Amino acid sequence: MLTFLSRRLIASILVLFVASYIVYVLAATAGDPLAELRTSTARNKQALIDQRIQELQLNVPAPLRYFLWLGDAIRGNLGTNLQGQSVNTQVANAAGVTIQLLTASLVLAVIIGILIGITSALRQYSGYDYTVTFLAFLAFSLPSFFIAVVLKAYVGIAFNNFLGAPNIPWYLLIIIPLVLGFLWMGIIGGVAKTRWLVFGIATVVSFAVLLYIDLTNWLNYPGLSIVGVGLLSLGAGVLVHLLTAGSGNKKSLYTAVTVAVIGMAVYYPFMLLSDRLNLWTLLLLGVVAIVVGAAVGYFFGGHDRAQSARTGAITAFLTGGFIVIDRYMRAWPVYTQSSYINGRPIGTVGAVTPNLAEATSSFWILSLDSLTHLLLPTISLMLISLAAYSRYSRANLLDVMNQDYIRTARAKGVNERTVVMRHAFRNALIPLTTIVAFDVGGLIGGAIITETVFAWKGMGDLFNQALRQVDVNPMMGFFLVTGAVAIVFNILADLAYSALDPRIRVTV
Amino acid sequence: MSIPPPPPGSREPNPHLDPGSQEPNLGDTSAPVGFDVVEEENPRTDGNIEAAENAIELKEVEGLSQGRIVWRRFVRHRGAMISLTVIVLITLVAFTSEGLSLWGIRLPGWWPYDYTQLVPLENRGVPSWTHPFGQDDLGRDMFAVVMRGTQQSLMIVFVVGIIATVIGVVIGSLSGFFRGWTDQVLMRVTDIVIIIPLIVLTAVLGRKFGASGAIVLALVLGLASWTGLARLVRGDVLSLREREFVDAARVAGASSARIMFVHILPNSIGVIIVNTTLLMSATILTEAAIGFLGFGVQPPDVSLGSIIYQYQQAFDTRPWLFFWPALFIILIALTINFIGDGLRDAFDPRQKRALNKAARKSAAAAREKAHVAAVAERDAAARAESKP
Repeated sequence: MLTFLSRRLIASILVLFVASYIVYVLAATAGDPLAELRTSTARNKQALIDQRIQELQLNVPAPLRYFLWLGDAIRGNLGTNLQGQSVNTQVANAAGVTIQLLTASLVLAVIIGILIGITSALRQYSGYDYTVTFLAFLAFSLPSFFIAVVLKAYVGIAFNNFLGAPNIPWYLLIIIPLVLGFLWMGIIGGVAKTRWLVFGIATVVSFAVLLYIDLTNWLNYPGLSIVGVGLLSLGAGVLVHLLTAGSGNKKSLYTAVTVAVIGMAVYYPFMLLSDRLNLWTLLLLGVVAIVVGAAVGYFFGGHDRAQSARTGAITAFLTGGFIVIDRYMRAWPVYTQSSYINGRPIGTVGAVTPNLAEATSSFWILSLDSLTHLLLPTISLMLISLAAYSRYSRANLLDVMNQDYIRTARAKGVNERTVVMRHAFRNALIPLTTIVAFDVGGLIGGAIITETVFAWKGMGDLFNQALRQVDVNPMMGFFLVTGAVAIVFNILADLAYSALDPRIRVTV
Repeated sequence: MSIPPPPPGSREPNPHLDPGSQEPNLGDTSAPVGFDVVEEENPRTDGNIEAAENAIELKEVEGLSQGRIVWRRFVRHRGAMISLTVIVLITLVAFTSEGLSLWGIRLPGWWPYDYTQLVPLENRGVPSWTHPFGQDDLGRDMFAVVMRGTQQSLMIVFVVGIIATVIGVVIGSLSGFFRGWTDQVLMRVTDIVIIIPLIVLTAVLGRKFGASGAIVLALVLGLASWTGLARLVRGDVLSLREREFVDAARVAGASSARIMFVHILPNSIGVIIVNTTLLMSATILTEAAIGFLGFGVQPPDVSLGSIIYQYQQAFDTRPWLFFWPALFIILIALTINFIGDGLRDAFDPRQKRALNKAARKSAAAAREKAHVAAVAERDAAARAESKP
């Protein structure tokens, strides 16, 4: 295994070197790095040009200059840009911004994509499946800047305007519940009676929720309160129980309910403590919640402790999530009504509201600010990957469901839930690891466009500016980081694949 | 157990229920119909229906060549046929309205305005009957500009498709056929190109060559986009070269080149055609993306991406400057994607869905019959139980 890894790594690094040579030469000869100085009207123009040539060693031809750059880069110095700033600090700042965007998009795209893919595979050739297929094709065909620009103008800015006078128009009050009703009907499926029942219930419930939101001005003063958190946790717990353990396992159900009750018990203590939290303590609390949930399941025992423990852990994580969401909702009015935001919370420019960090040190306000700024770029970046993942997971699940071992499982009387969740679902996800890993490179490319539209100062912007000014050093900084990320993810994908699929064994 | 009579009105022969039928049948015809009861809960995997569909399909493709079968399946794919019509229409309108200007030869089109021509502004450039796509702030007719952009974008897409396919197929088949060090070298070259994100490579190339005109841009983009196809073709050739017909050709004395291009390549034509189509739809988006960043076709010439780059500041005041070119990008990408999907279905030997309407009807009838039989069987069983 180690030999395989080191061979892979060495080969990849060699490939990265050659690729970086190509990029360097292409980028360095793509235009004139002195263009801006040549047209300047400064009196000491010639001196400035000479100085820049001296600093950037432009008198050395690009194919040779690469080795000068390489010598510095190996020692950890990526040089300076045209303005004389260190590329190392530029890359470090930009990477921090872009990592937020990439992680959020990747995680959401994987989760939602798998959900959509699995549901549409299970309802193959239904109206829901056809709708999802068409939407996926549409998403494949949308240029990423189109999504970004449209989201910015018609979602971000329009929603901000809407919050000023939050009255949901009557036609939306009718259309949205109907659409949601059809969605649930399509996902749950079944015979005609079930379908209409589901449609009716989903439509009425969503209509009631929308009406509640409209009448109570919920969008400006949101909140779940302990009752909402309790109900949501119970619902999520029962759902997790049904999906992972099945209705036969009573201990698992008890675990889910207990965990939801514990969640309600810690609700008020958490709210009291919440002002003192920061990101790390919050993550720690999340881990504690998972451990507690698993412990509850374990001590309920029964014939399958691991199953109950899993139900408990997932429910505890979700319950914790609901409590945190409620805490954010408490911060929402404070945030939107502050003088920095002025009631226009959905950010369309930049990664954070300028100067907000000086005004407050509250973790909740600051992270809420990051979240509102992340929202639109994340959606626009994730949409294309989302479409791809949903197609792949659909195809994989359909493929797996036609395998003989699924027929065997059915033949020996295993119920449909177990067939799908335990036999098919897991195996359908294995090929997805490779695709997700390959897709990271594509996401970085997408980030170039998204960051341009939303004016983020991230890696994409770094690349864009560098290419515009024929500034080789920042460009190579960008390329090294993205290339290294791509290599690391490819190796991770190989490892994950061989760990997940016992038929694949790494041989040297 | 009794075989229920077929419901009135269904005249399609069912190979299972009609013992006199001459349909070729892959399924196990000896199984009694009543067995369908077991599988009634999941009609999709019902062996009876699957066999019926197989039979119908076999009947349909009897005596046809592979090419004819694929063509028939493709023609039946409704999405692909609509898309083909749309893309042909777009191409025709784009090339006839603005005319052609290549290598100094200028063929005028039927649209009265040229894409460089400045016309006096009418009503602030809002779309009207004389200017259906509106005008920009200088008075250029947007229909002319968008049509010229569509011409250039389509041209780039096709040139990139051809170049990338040729390079990808040659590298892929050499590497898959000869294996060994040829494979090693070629695949490392492919790795080197793959590790540079496509948009980075194309943007750098666009920055370097964008000013030299759309054709040059198309050539260099083609040089950057062959990698995916090369890998796929290599994989296909690797498996095909172990097949008996390759051994037969070799024994008969065929040269490597002949085996590669006459015997193996026609067998991987499906992979090649499908992926070329998908590559072309990706190319229109890549071209639009680098155009949007300002690294594509440079003014005075335009492509769909560069139109959007030119007018992106005008989005709030004159949205038509943004939406018309965007609509054409989406239309072209969407139609090529659907054609690719249709081709994939047509080339997929496992594909059973692209049956024509009559076949679908008879499959539905078979399903219906199986269901009726199952219900009748269950009722009979219930009756038998109540009257022991």
